[in-house]
Amino acid sequence: MNEVTMSGSSVETAAARSMTRGSVLVTIRRNIGWGISALALCSALAILLAIFWFVLSRGLPALKPTLFTTVTSGISGGLENAILGTLMLVVFAVIIVSIIGFGTGIWLSSYASEKPRALVRLLTDVLAGVPSVVVGYFGYILLVKIAGWQFSLAGGAIALTIIMLPYVVRGTDLALEAVPRELREGGFALGATYTTVLMTVSWPYALPSVLTMLLLATGIALGETAPLIYTAGWSNYLPTAHLTHSPVPYLTYVIWTFISQPFAESHALAYAAAALLMLMIVVTNVFARSWLENLARKQRGEH
Amino acid sequence: MALVTATIVFLIAMFLIVYSWPAIAFNGFGILTHLEWNLGNQYANGVVHRGGFTGAPGASFGAVVFIAGTIISSAFAMAIATPLAILVAIAMHYQVPRRLKTPVNTLVELMAGVPSVVYGLWGIGVLVPWISSSVGPFLAAHISWLSIIGGGSASGNGLLATSFILAVMVFPIMAATMRDVLSTFPKIVFEGAIGLGATPWQAVTTMVLPAIRTQMFAAAMLALGRALGETMAVLMVCGSALNQLPQNIFAPINTIAAVIVSQLDSALTDPTGMAERSLAELALILFVITLSVNLIARLIMRGGDRVKRTA
Repeated sequence: MNEVTMSGSSVETAAARSMTRGSVLVTIRRNIGWGISALALCSALAILLAIFWFVLSRGLPALKPTLFTTVTSGISGGLENAILGTLMLVVFAVIIVSIIGFGTGIWLSSYASEKPRALVRLLTDVLAGVPSVVVGYFGYILLVKIAGWQFSLAGGAIALTIIMLPYVVRGTDLALEAVPRELREGGFALGATYTTVLMTVSWPYALPSVLTMLLLATGIALGETAPLIYTAGWSNYLPTAHLTHSPVPYLTYVIWTFISQPFAESHALAYAAAALLMLMIVVTNVFARSWLENLARKQRGEH
Repeated sequence: MALVTATIVFLIAMFLIVYSWPAIAFNGFGILTHLEWNLGNQYANGVVHRGGFTGAPGASFGAVVFIAGTIISSAFAMAIATPLAILVAIAMHYQVPRRLKTPVNTLVELMAGVPSVVYGLWGIGVLVPWISSSVGPFLAAHISWLSIIGGGSASGNGLLATSFILAVMVFPIMAATMRDVLSTFPKIVFEGAIGLGATPWQAVTTMVLPAIRTQMFAAAMLALGRALGETMAVLMVCGSALNQLPQNIFAPINTIAAVIVSQLDSALTDPTGMAERSLAELALILFVITLSVNLIARLIMRGGDRVKRTA
């Protein structure tokens, strides 16, 4: 720096200029990776918001109160049958998956020995990777054809159960594994049996996380189409109370089929169904993540 | 209860094999070598016998178009989504301020929760018109000498739309898994690299990423499993090609999953039932492909865990 000062002011400014340019280049080179990754994140979020905006901006104006009180007819009508059908299928599936999923998760975390536990965990993971359309075809073969139920509420609900099952099993398993040892040992010290500790100490502690997973799985079930096409069928009428031999309408079917009709009113119905579905899924997801996770944190004594 | 869970995978495999057995015998290896998917003449008299089972005259159940479409579209989708997911995972882990972490994570996970059929709706409403009115003509005007990408697009439905929508769909799952991998990776490696004079970006790219490459690869494989089996969104934008392989990126294609749904109605009209059995065979092929991809991913994940424990 001293040499530069001695050899004249013009050189000094040139050197200073080149140094600034150099450091700008260095700064750019050091941070270009971070710039690109930030850009990737922003564009990902932008695509998400674009999809939300697209569905809501076209669907919300089409959501009229009459949609909730009329059934679909041909290319137009309302969504009452589809909404009811979706709710019946999902509620039914949630009931079945709670019994099987909680049972399996409790067994995995609390009763299973090493080898069977590893095997069942692997099979659960594998089941999560089975494409939903394959689950649908399986339901079609076993329930619709072999059991002879035809397109039905029970068939669709069982297909949805298979989709939801891996999430609920893993959720229950992990939540129970995460129960602090000291808490359970406190129960044992008071003379409680293994099962009593599980039911009165571990289970209540794990419940918020378990319910979070169950709700997230419910969100997935709400949006499923492929497993239902082959098992629940479709109907323009209100779903009946029959478990079998009576096809059930559902919202995702409306989106898929009505958008490919060449009529504006059927498109409006498809967008309305999509907006309704997205609202249901967003509410389920946000509720699961915020409220229940807060509950879990409070329980652990964090604030 | 655990028994129920454990047997479901086996039951799926068993019933698919048993139900598609007539088709496996009837089609032989032809299903893996023939281009043509043809239910045969439903109204002609008589039936044909092959492999001890009967089908309609002229029936040919070749799945090459569907298998190729599945693999090509998923490969393109992975080529788009994987680099993006790695970058987003890095951004989510290192760049997003602490206070924004939860909302950003929730948004990315919400993106993974958007139903397939809604992505398909977006594909029909936005992506396909955009490809047919902008991307296709633009590429045709500037790169017309390369027919694979300069061939122009008629409808917008096809390979490009399918790959793009698959990329958008699998990328959030991949990014979320990769972020989890990053966040469980010991911080000391990153800090050590900084201590040796690396810039933060160098620390990530030369130290952290190479160390977790097997888990990152496994995360990509899990996403590939999703892409291969994706049904509704693909069905809505793929153009439902039959009997022809794609010649350029705008050509209509078809995938195994999409054809299982789109051919259900026609298959049910086959009085010999062979079309329906052949769809079951397609489901079986898809099951085997996705099962292999998933098992490989899980085994890699497990291997990675073992390395981490011993280290």
